[in-house]
Parts: sequence; C-alpha cells; structure tokens
Amino acid sequence: MPEGKLCNRTPVNTEEQLHALLADKSGKQYYEEMNHLNVDTKALWATIQKTLKSRLKTWLEICAHCGMCADSCFFYLANKKDPKQVPSYKIQSTLGELVRRKGQVDNAFMQKVMDVAWGKCTCCNRCGMYCPFGIDMGVMFSYLRGLCHSQGFIPWELKIGAGMHRIYRAQMDITTEDWVDTCEWMAEEYEDDWPGLTIPVDVAGADIMYTVNAREPKHYPEDLAEAAILFHVAGENWTVPSEGWEETSLAMFAGDWEACKLQVESVYDAMKRLQAKRMVVTECGHAYRATVIEGPYWAGLPNGQTPIPSFHYVEWVAEALKSGKLKIDPAKKIKEPVTYQDSCNYIRNAGLKDAARTIMSYIAEDFREMSPCKEHNFCCGGGGGMNGLGRYRKERNNGLKVKRDQILATGSNLVVAPCHNCWDAIRDLEEVYRVGIRWSFLKPLLISMIEVPEHLKPKEE
Amino acid sequence: MYEFLTGPMLILTFVIFFIGIIWRTIWYFRGLSWQLDRVAYKPHLSYGIKGALRSVIFWLLPFGTRSWRFYPGTTLLVFAFHIGLLFTPVFLKAHNIILNERFGISLPTLPEGLADALTLMVIISAFFLLLRRIAYPQHRIITTAYDYLLLLIAAAPFITGFMAFHQVLNYQFWLIAHIISGEVFLVAIPLTKLSHFIGFFLSRIQLGMDYGIKRGGMKGKGMAW
Ligand code: SF4
Ligand code: SF4
Repeated sequence: MPEGKLCNRTPVNTEEQLHALLADKSGKQYYEEMNHLNVDTKALWATIQKTLKSRLKTWLEICAHCGMCADSCFFYLANKKDPKQVPSYKIQSTLGELVRRKGQVDNAFMQKVMDVAWGKCTCCNRCGMYCPFGIDMGVMFSYLRGLCHSQGFIPWELKIGAGMHRIYRAQMDITTEDWVDTCEWMAEEYEDDWPGLTIPVDVAGADIMYTVNAREPKHYPEDLAEAAILFHVAGENWTVPSEGWEETSLAMFAGDWEACKLQVESVYDAMKRLQAKRMVVTECGHAYRATVIEGPYWAGLPNGQTPIPSFHYVEWVAEALKSGKLKIDPAKKIKEPVTYQDSCNYIRNAGLKDAARTIMSYIAEDFREMSPCKEHNFCCGGGGGMNGLGRYRKERNNGLKVKRDQILATGSNLVVAPCHNCWDAIRDLEEVYRVGIRWSFLKPLLISMIEVPEHLKPKEE
Repeated sequence: MYEFLTGPMLILTFVIFFIGIIWRTIWYFRGLSWQLDRVAYKPHLSYGIKGALRSVIFWLLPFGTRSWRFYPGTTLLVFAFHIGLLFTPVFLKAHNIILNERFGISLPTLPEGLADALTLMVIISAFFLLLRRIAYPQHRIITTAYDYLLLLIAAAPFITGFMAFHQVLNYQFWLIAHIISGEVFLVAIPLTKLSHFIGFFLSRIQLGMDYGIKRGGMKGKGMAW
C-alpha cells in the first residue's frame, strides 16, 4: 500500500502541506491513511544499523528482566500495576522486538509501537534512575520515536508541530513580524503601570538574551509582559531576538531530529548575532531541555554547550533573589501551604533542584515537598508531548492520578509549576478530577510579592 | 576426565572468559558516540569521571540508592546472591589448590565453614529469585525461558559443588558435574547476557557520565541516586 496524502514519510515543509493537515479535524483522515501506510523495512533496518550503537544495544541485551523499573513508572502505578506498563516490557516488546526481527515488521506492529512510544511513555527518564544497570527507557523511547517518525508513524498533532518548526522556527504559526508586534504591544499595554517598561528587541551585547515558548506570544502574551516587568524591576540589561526567540521543540517530542536541528540553530544564530552575555529561557521545561541540554548535540557542537551560557528561568530568579535584585515583601509571602512541581526536564535531566528550593525559601512560608521530589519526582503526567495528543487523551488523564495524589498528600492547594507542560497537566488534572487545587507560574506570584523601588512606580498625578 | 577438565579445558575456559570480557569492554567504548548518545564525553572528562564514580559506587552499596531502598527484599536477595557468586569461587580453598598446582598462583582462602555457608546462601537466594520471577505478574511478564536457563547456569556450579563437598551419594559424579557446570558458567559470562558481569559497570559508567556531563552534573551537586 502506498503513502497517504497526509500520512506519509515526508515531513511537512510547506504551508500548503501544513494547512491540509490542519484542515483534517482530529486527524481523522490522517489516521485512516495510516492504516494503509506500508513499512519501508529496508530503510528502517538500515537506520537501526547505523544508529543503534553499543549503549542501546547493551541496554537491550543485558536487561535482567528483574522488574525493578516497574514501580518507577507513573503509568504502571496509575494503571493499577498493569504488568504491560512495566518499562522493561514496554521497550522489549517494541524496540527490542524491532531489533530482533531486523526491522521486518508490518503496519500493525508499527502502529502498536507508536501507541506505546507516545501513549505509554512520556520520556520522563525516571525508570533509568531505578534500574541497577542504568537502563533508561526514556532515552530508548525517544530513539524509538525517531524510528517511528522516519516511517511516518507519528501522532497527527506532532506531525503538525514538527512542521511548524520547519516552517516558522516555532511550534506555532508565529512570524517574526507577529512576534515583534507582540513585544511592542505588551510593552505599551503595561507601560502606564510600569513607567519606562520596554521589551528591547535585537539589542546587541546585552547581559541577557531572553527566549520564550511560542505559546506565550500566541496565547498568553501577558507572560511576556510579566517577564519584562521582572527584568525591569531587577534592573537587568536584556533583550529578545527578533528571530531565534523560540526555545520549545515539538520536533523533539516527534522524533524529527532534522527539525530539531533547524529549530535550535535558529536560537544559536541569535546568540551569535546578538552576543549577549548569557541566555535565559522562560518557565518551560522541555524548551530548556531541547535548546540547552540536547540541542548542542543536534547542532553538532562537540563540547555539548550552547554558544553562550544558558540558564533556565528558575536559575535567574534564584540568583535575583539571592543577590537582592528582586526583593520580596515579607508581608506578601505565600502564607498557605504550597508545593512545587519538579519538572523532569530541568530537574531530573538538568540538575536545577537547588534553584527551585532557593526560590521557595524566599517566597513561601509553608513550603511542602512532594513525595518523592527533586530528581525522583514523578512526571506531571503530560510530558513528552502527551498533553497535546488527542489519540492518547484517555491514557493521559488516567496517568494524571499519580500527580493528583502526590499533590493532595502535601496538604497544599497551591502548586508552583514553572513549566508549561506541568502547568497544563495540573490545570487539566483539576479539570478532570476537581480536587480544588490552584497552580501558577512564578512570574505572576513574584510580581504580586516584590518590593518595587519608588522610582519605578507610576507617578501620582 | 578430571585431568582434561582441569587442564586444557580450564585453560580454554579462562581464555574465552578473559578475552570475551576484554573484547566486550573495547566494543562498548568504541561504540559510544558523543553525538548519538548526546554526551560530550571527552571535552568534560573530569565531570564525566565524577558522575561515573557516583553512578557505580552508590549502586554497589546495598541500600545505597533509592531504588535499592525501595525494594529491600529484592536488594537483600540480589546482594546475597552476587556476593556469594563472586567471592566463593575465587577464594575457595579447593580452587586455589588447583590454581597453585596448574599455574603456580593462589589467593588467600576462606575457611571451609564460611565457604559452605556462602554456597548455601547462593543456592537459597537463587531459589527465591526464581520464585520471585514466577510469583509476581510484573516479573513474569518480562521473564523468558532464557532467564531461567541463565539462573540455572549460574546456580548449577554451587549446587553441584555443595553436593560434592558433602559427598552426597556419588562424589565423583558431583565433582565432574561441578567442574563442567563451573566452566559453562565462566564461558557463558562473556557470551550471554550474564555479560552484565562487565556490562553493569560499562552501562553505569556511561549513564553516570551522561548525568555528570549533560544532565545537570556541571551545574548541580550530582545525581542523588
Ligand atoms: S530494572 Fe533494568 S534490568 Fe531490571 S527489568 Fe527494568 S530495565 Fe531490565
Ligand atoms: S521514561 Fe517515564 S513514562 Fe517512560 S517508561 Fe520510563 S518511567 Fe515510564
């Protein structure tokens, strides 16, 4: 059977292709076409032989089938310890089988693989911490997603998402013009309350180059204004690039490594063009993971580092609080019990747990850790792109139970979630389970708490 | 028979064992790719080594990691099994006598009673590891016939050795069975997934470097295993 019009092995590179996909509501035709998509077994096996090296081969081979990874996976726990959710089983029955069969698999097998790789794993990497051999199923599922992508077996939304990156260098259809307009609009909108507030675009040699998640200019422009206000109050010399401002990567969730490279290179170009001292990214976990942690490798930078030093927003906030650039009014600290959602992407996979604790010590009177927490925390339930996948909505909602129970056990009704994905997942878990919790990014909380120096306050007339 | 098994056959066994292990190690490191693994191994070697040490040492300690603490029963079984498995044959008096006769080398040896207890510990923990595989659905689902075979290969030298030592029925029979099963075990280590004998270290070193270099080791205090 041939490739479909929408579902095929060709990534989306033109607006025309993109619009055709978007017009197919919920991917109905797309998934129908997927039923007829053939598997190019030769190409698949060739890719595996080229890319499956000693690390992954050893992982697949030496797995002792000991099951110590079982309880590490929130899907296993959320599904009443269904053995089919044991990470080792999930990877052995998909990637393991694919390798054993030397790529000789059919459409039904590939669809099953897709359903496991995106519907039963968020690539949270928690299992890798619990396996005595350090077998990291999250890493392997990410690799497997790349194989699926090369064969056209990827969820509809992610085909679109990766296409967006290819066309707009952003996960959403935002042009350079839209972005710069939004910056100007937000600065104007908030200027009355914050005299002198600007969002400087393309200023060379600033101390900070700030980058965002495309959802902010598209759906939550006030987030951008809040970032500007906090930089303004902290007296930072900052700028945003007109191009290369987007740090997220649905391409990473899709396993579209070529699009990943295109995306991060746009940010690295901005870094080189503007020569800021450092880069700070908004409160997004996977954006930081994509651009700062994995990105240099996609772009082929042998030292594994971004062109200028890069920081997550929590690092900047922790530093601003410690140095006194931002001062918290003690009377306005959070009084009620409050907990913190450790994002897999910048806590487990980037070691920033201490920055988060520093912040909480400044802003909260009754901070309560989840159990487990820090690098051992469970995925919010919506990582790895899962929040946005209609096909796996049921699985996602079910998985949210683990986070729900973790939050409730702290006895707090407020969750600080400085990560777009976690923030969404927690919002959705409230919508699904109605347990009466609230959630917030750091920016609005900080703005409500900081002491504003006299000269930055609006003049009374 | 005995002469042959403890002579040429023993030499062949050791050759396969050592060359296999060395070959696996070289193959592993040569197959690492900074770009595919996404770890800049060389430019940040010192962070990598630090991460690797943390990753190996904490996992070598019983209850040294959150995972070991999370599964106390399994942890006890696994450590009892492996300690017996590794120490008993190396420091057994009878083995060192043969080593001395054949190759003129020998190591300090364990008192017989202790060696006997360690052997029993291996057999008992192997039995419970077997039960564990059968009893729990989350272990059963990933267990294959190969896993049972390997458990048998690992436990056989101890069962036969125990029988021989206590001269149950036919000493000669158990002795020959012991030598054969021991040699099978040694050969199986590099050739099967018992290669986790070395693979444990290789894999842990790699993941430790991953965390030490890329996933936070250069900013935080290092992964809290
Ligand atoms: S904990 Fe590791 S070795 Fe054990 S079953 Fe899971 S992946 Fe395999
Ligand atoms: S990476 Fe996370 S979601 Fe995926 S199998 Fe491992 S623990 Fe489960």
